[in-house]
Amino acid sequence: MRINQHPILTFDRGREINFTFNGQPMKGYEGETIAAALHAAGVKVLAKSPEKHRPRGFYCAIGNCASCQMTVDGEPNVRTCITLLREGMKVETQEGKGRIE
Amino acid sequence: MKEVELLIIGSGPAGLCAAVSAAESGAKVLVLERGFRPGGQLIKQTHMFFGSESQYASHRGVDIAGILLKKVEEYGDRIEIMLNSTAVGFYEDNVVTVLKDEKEYFKIKAQSVICATGAFEKSLAFPNNDLPGIYGAGAVQTLMNVYGIRPGNRVLMVGAGNIGVIVSYQLIQAGIEVVAVLDAAPRIGAYLVHASKLARMGVPILTSHTVKEAIGTDCLEAAIVCEVDDKFRPIPGTEKRYDVDVMCISVGLSPLNELLAMRGAEMKYVGQLSGQVPMRTESCETSIPGIFVAGDASGIEEASSAMAEGYLAGLCAAAKLGHVPADFEQRRLDYLSQLDNLRSGPVGERIRAGMKISQL
Ligand SMILES: Cc1cc2nc3c(=O)[nH]c(=O)nc-3n(C[C@H](O)[C@H](O)[C@H](O)COP(=O)(O)OP(=O)(O)OC[C@H]3O[C@@H](n4cnc5c(N)ncnc54)[C@H](O)[C@@H]3O)c2cc1C
Ligand code: FES
Repeated sequence: MRINQHPILTFDRGREINFTFNGQPMKGYEGETIAAALHAAGVKVLAKSPEKHRPRGFYCAIGNCASCQMTVDGEPNVRTCITLLREGMKVETQEGKGRIE
Repeated sequence: MKEVELLIIGSGPAGLCAAVSAAESGAKVLVLERGFRPGGQLIKQTHMFFGSESQYASHRGVDIAGILLKKVEEYGDRIEIMLNSTAVGFYEDNVVTVLKDEKEYFKIKAQSVICATGAFEKSLAFPNNDLPGIYGAGAVQTLMNVYGIRPGNRVLMVGAGNIGVIVSYQLIQAGIEVVAVLDAAPRIGAYLVHASKLARMGVPILTSHTVKEAIGTDCLEAAIVCEVDDKFRPIPGTEKRYDVDVMCISVGLSPLNELLAMRGAEMKYVGQLSGQVPMRTESCETSIPGIFVAGDASGIEEASSAMAEGYLAGLCAAAKLGHVPADFEQRRLDYLSQLDNLRSGPVGERIRAGMKISQL
């Protein structure tokens, strides 16, 4: 899902970053948000809604709407569209409001 | 508790220009930005801007962000930008609470505050509008132009205003298929240059059309669209199905300014400015002395007016703090006349009307 050729832009992708999504190993790049890296890997469902358990993806991608909240390193409700990837991060789909461990 | 002279919330064109202008007068400025990169909406805009020389017309948005950040650097000793920091509360004693890195929570007390928080994209009501794959057009622009990631393979664009049409063109530039652009209005809202570019590439622009429903289990798989009559009611029997994995919603923006409402600034709903806005003086000051607003947060316009308002708000906020440059009045009038120019003509009519209603 990555754009490699573009008439105007060049994308200098940083160092490769390893992280896990629901326990599965994944790769992204330094300077990328969690939501962007997941989307590049084809993952669109980031959470399940609190009441009806409907799938949730991102919506605004700039930290406005809270649609992209996931559990990151055990911490729930992290806006993954504005949080950068870090080596070894544990990213999990969030069920509803999440739980504080 | 951290204490600052001037706090600016938001580092879009309005916030950055306000910072430069206030620092130039001698004020010490802290800029809060919830994202990890300053520049607001500019960083995703790869097309050339319209407007006049003083607002960097015929530069790409992303390059304008670079120019503004260079200016910020020139005042490095007086401007600090704090990234990954969301202002989440704004209290009577001018204390702003901040969530940093989605973890740390602390307070900042400011003598003066400029709210330059921008806008949010509206959504549209239809069955299954919450399926992943249905994104704000701005979100898709961010994914594609900032991160170089394809939002999907086939896109339906809802909204034929400037943003909808520009993002459609940028999708095609990135090699993604746009099956159609639709709009409930009987006419295309975007500037004709942008719309004709798209038409030449064979993308149908369907006016008097809306989304009836989205289809999919885990993610978007298809969209049903239909025609609407002159009262925007769906016309039965006109349904069409598009198999798409992405739908972009581009039905307008609303000012983002709850922080000002929380602080107790006088607010008013002004349709011409696209939503709830703070009442403000000519010099961008709200009903609370020392609290200013600039850019889309005070009414939806464009980056060019956000910059001029930012310069004006920064100049006036600094002056109120005692930093009055020798050419203060001359500069104030210059920014006001830049704004008048940007809002002149038939295109600016709506904004001028809105400004009148929201003027203190
Ligand atoms: C998708 C899209 C496409 C556009 N295309 C064009 C175009 O082609 N040409 C044009 O002239 N204009 C365009 N515009 C309009 C133009 O970009 C805006 O008018 C302009 O960016 C407004 O500037 P601003 O500084 O007011 O807000 P913004 O650029 O939105 O900046 C606001 C900043 O504040 C930050 N922020 C918000 N809330 C908080 C908080 N609580 N704490 C900390 N930080 C916060 C945001 O992260 C953001 O960085 C577009 C707008 C959008 C949304
Ligand atoms: S997608 Fe809106 S906050 Fe992340």
